[in-house]
Amino acid sequence: MFEYAPAPESRDVVDIKPSYGLFIDGEFVDGTGAPFKTINPATEEALAEVAAASQADVDRAVQAARKAFGVWSAMPGSERAKYLFRIARIIQERSRELAVLETLDNGKPIREARDVDLPLVAAHFFYYAGWADKLGYAGYGPDPKPLGVAGQVIPWNFPLLMLAWKIAPALACGNTVVLKPAETTPLTALLFAEICRQADLPPGVVNIVTGAGETGAAVVNHPDVNKVAFTGSTEVGRLIARSVAGSGKKVTLELGGKAANIVFDDAAIDQAVEGIVDGIFFNQGHVCCAGSRLLVQESIAEELLESLKRRLARLRLGDPMDKNTDIGAINSAEQLARVRELSDIGEAEGAERWSPACTLPERGFWFPPTVFTGVAQSHRIARDEVFGPVLAMLTFRTPAEAVEKANNTPYGLSAGVWTEKGSRILWMADRLRAGVVWANTFNKFDPTSPFGGYKESGYGREGGRHGLEAYLDV
Amino acid sequence: MSDTQAVRLAVRKTYKLYIGGAFPRSESGRSYVVTSSKGDFLANASKASRKDARDAVSAARKAFAGWSGATAYNRGQILYRIAEMLEGRRAQFVAELTEAGTRKAKDAGGIVDAAIDRLVWYAGWSDKIAAVAGAANPVAGPYLNISSPEPTGVVAVIAPDEPLLGLVSVIAPVIVTGNTCVVVASERAPLPSITLAEVLATSDLPGGVVNVLTGSVKEIAPWLAAHMDVNAIDLTGVAEEDLAIACEQAAAENLKRVLRPSAPDWSADPGTKRMTAFLETKTVWHPTGI
Repeated sequence: MFEYAPAPESRDVVDIKPSYGLFIDGEFVDGTGAPFKTINPATEEALAEVAAASQADVDRAVQAARKAFGVWSAMPGSERAKYLFRIARIIQERSRELAVLETLDNGKPIREARDVDLPLVAAHFFYYAGWADKLGYAGYGPDPKPLGVAGQVIPWNFPLLMLAWKIAPALACGNTVVLKPAETTPLTALLFAEICRQADLPPGVVNIVTGAGETGAAVVNHPDVNKVAFTGSTEVGRLIARSVAGSGKKVTLELGGKAANIVFDDAAIDQAVEGIVDGIFFNQGHVCCAGSRLLVQESIAEELLESLKRRLARLRLGDPMDKNTDIGAINSAEQLARVRELSDIGEAEGAERWSPACTLPERGFWFPPTVFTGVAQSHRIARDEVFGPVLAMLTFRTPAEAVEKANNTPYGLSAGVWTEKGSRILWMADRLRAGVVWANTFNKFDPTSPFGGYKESGYGREGGRHGLEAYLDV
Repeated sequence: MSDTQAVRLAVRKTYKLYIGGAFPRSESGRSYVVTSSKGDFLANASKASRKDARDAVSAARKAFAGWSGATAYNRGQILYRIAEMLEGRRAQFVAELTEAGTRKAKDAGGIVDAAIDRLVWYAGWSDKIAAVAGAANPVAGPYLNISSPEPTGVVAVIAPDEPLLGLVSVIAPVIVTGNTCVVVASERAPLPSITLAEVLATSDLPGGVVNVLTGSVKEIAPWLAAHMDVNAIDLTGVAEEDLAIACEQAAAENLKRVLRPSAPDWSADPGTKRMTAFLETKTVWHPTGI
């Protein structure tokens, strides 16, 4: 294996302030909750102190959004579009800065922040910008109306991309938003607030309130919020669905997953191995649609496992700011504890654990890429969402068995199929109960492509024409 | 022998449940008295229990693979067949609606006609909804990307107190796309729903696609809302606010899709919303290349 010379990205491109306030009504203001520190998970270094929004702060943000709703919803769609195009352009202009900040705050490899997250963020704003003055053609009636104030709560795995998925369609449809970024990754959302100011977005159209679960609950449960959008765990999704019951708020939930990545004996093995690696080790496996259950046809299981192990031995784990790095840091100590716990349970339940030889940095939160073999469907590593770089491998003999096992989960977000036989792909795609099916590819995203789950992976779609419905009164 | 001819005694119908294509009594052995709006005795209807609700969900789940896997053309034909069978029993439904006192004789005919026409309208949607709700997505890369609507699964339907038109208007949009359902009939006027089940049973609709329970909405709806093998719930017929909220809360446990419309007008154009509420969108990606 080649030794690569370090190729560190410079952190000088981004200016991190010592402390950040809330973004309400176009201004940065102090929060009245107890401020908290956000750290770099790769080094445990504190990056900045961030304000926590109390119930009263959230209330102010919702009021600002309500006031702005009048102006924003009355504005011609073509004008709203231009603001969104403007934002998309500024994101492109400042993408290096945003990518570096994302990597520092989140722990993901700079290569991914730069080549995946940021291009998708800009593309999402471009895409929905174009819808703002074409809503009457979207199939929701001649003049569909916005809902009002959207309360949005997003996770830490793709902080800025999830912000884009929430804010772009909401604004295009004429809603205003109060968004709460995840407690461990607030910084790019606050830089986005600055971008809104650079774009001269009317005050109150976008409000960013930072904080922990309580702040999120205050946003979701605020009586003057008309729409709730949440991406995160199924556990919290359930709580939200329960707490808004009877309120008449429109809700979209994008929750957990336990996707099956199914490899048939005629698949192109090398491509499948790349897809398996991308499916579960992309973004340290902190992906709701990660291909965390590998289902391999029995006759090729051994051969595929060998290839997979060979490939994993060549992944580079370490400094996320190094452009050669494949696997970065686990986002938080809490998440690391969960990944460790579920992996230990995997071993205790009798599955065989394997990781390539790999030195973990001394500071920060790290977990090596891990593969479990000899996994039974009853094992928790085959049932629970680990949300980390942990793959559970199972085998099957017939396509029917593959479908049965793939669907044997309360989740239904995504699935993968690898085979060279076209009719089999379509047959499988028909039967897999999942919102996204990647055939001979995995973990691909695009603003034009609807994304969202079946069953306990939530409801509603983000992306494409379908993503508009979540923000229109239809 | 007497010279006077005795007045013939009518053979009355026993109103039972409709589960898995069969007409069982409630396993609980319970029934309740159904009266006309004037208070006259009409029949003893079965009073479904939790166990009946669970049996109905099992039957609906069992029927799901076959029904959702049928071609859209086939489902459309079967819905049209239901309309044909309903047309054939038009006089019976007019009489039942009139007898129940829910409609005056002169209005009942129009209601039955509207119900028949609604079935025909939905029948035509079976092979068109995918064209309206689906999409070919122009992703920025060498991939084919298609989104198609798919049925959500087993849907619990609490039917409104509008015994025929309302009932047909909530069942047809659920099943036309391939879902199967468990319907809780109007508690006050349940009899036409069982007669409709007789129509369904003779329309080539596979057993279990529609299951009909009669009884107490307050008793059965929460069980269905909490049932972990039910994918969605239509609360149209839940009038009581507290009960509706309790059902919504219970539905959160397995993230059921919930439809709770406000005061539907059954004579209005239904639109596509009742169909799309119980559809999932599946997006399939595949690389293009040589």
